[in-house]
Amino acid sequence: MNILLNGATRFAPDNATLLRILTDYKIKPDTVAVEYNGRILPKDDFDKTNLSDNDTVEILHFVGGG
Amino acid sequence: MDELIIQGRRLSSRLFTGSGKYGDDSLIPQIIAAAECEVVTVALRRVDLDKPQENLLQYFPKDKILLPNTSGARTADEAVRIAHLARAMGCGDWIKIEVINDQKYLLPDNLETLKAVEILAAEGFVVLPYMNPDLSMARRMVQAGAAAIMPFGAPIGTNKGLATLELLKILVAEIEKPVIVDAGIGAPSHAAAAMEIGVSAILLNTAIALSQNPVKMADAFKLAIRAGRTAYLAGLAPRSDSARASSPLTGFLN
Repeated sequence: MNILLNGATRFAPDNATLLRILTDYKIKPDTVAVEYNGRILPKDDFDKTNLSDNDTVEILHFVGGG
Repeated sequence: MDELIIQGRRLSSRLFTGSGKYGDDSLIPQIIAAAECEVVTVALRRVDLDKPQENLLQYFPKDKILLPNTSGARTADEAVRIAHLARAMGCGDWIKIEVINDQKYLLPDNLETLKAVEILAAEGFVVLPYMNPDLSMARRMVQAGAAAIMPFGAPIGTNKGLATLELLKILVAEIEKPVIVDAGIGAPSHAAAAMEIGVSAILLNTAIALSQNPVKMADAFKLAIRAGRTAYLAGLAPRSDSARASSPLTGFLN
């Protein structure tokens, strides 16, 4: 299936959890905030959330800023 | 003890530091140590999925207050969205509201900023709005629940100092919440001058990060801010247009 991940269409395994996506991209769950289809996803739900085709996911983290 | 209190939180340092513009983020712990700051700003951005990511948080001692900004927001709604995501990071509920439409001067949109302050303060955030130094807007920000106000000295990253000096004086005189000068401060002398008029704190990023020796410059700003604050508490001696001798004007040798 394809998901819209950080603004770009990306392939993801069918029914992949959000945690699986993070793991595949080598992202530590405690270092990011995730918006799933426009809603903030609590960290506790990362491994309970199965993605579907055309879902929108935003993965954000802190960077240097003033 | 001269403490800065922001929404009940006691701070001994009046220097807030930004974490942007460091070519090497591993320098940040040394900057924080030299500045002896307690509040550090960060921004929230998309993870670049094609590059290995460094976790910026590893560079912040656990006892520091993280102050995420809403940079990138052009409307109140976007600022609120970023604030919610920042809180979801699990690093506290302080937020610097930054709503900017003007890409040349990066001057804040006070009206959208106010709307974001109203929403986020009601949700329990500790809200610090970056704003144009306008008195009636500053009053509205405070009424809306701002924990402090953050007017600029000059546009972001310009290092031009206190272009807004007279307006800052008015805010210090009229606003009961802390006034924190955010943006434009380029030299320790600017920071000291701001502290001398009674502003509560200074937020610095570019002036430290782009100096030749950021760790040394963080130290210089720390000292300047302490000096300016101490001078404010001491009360400056009056100015005069004509000379006033410091030595006695009697008993001269003839």
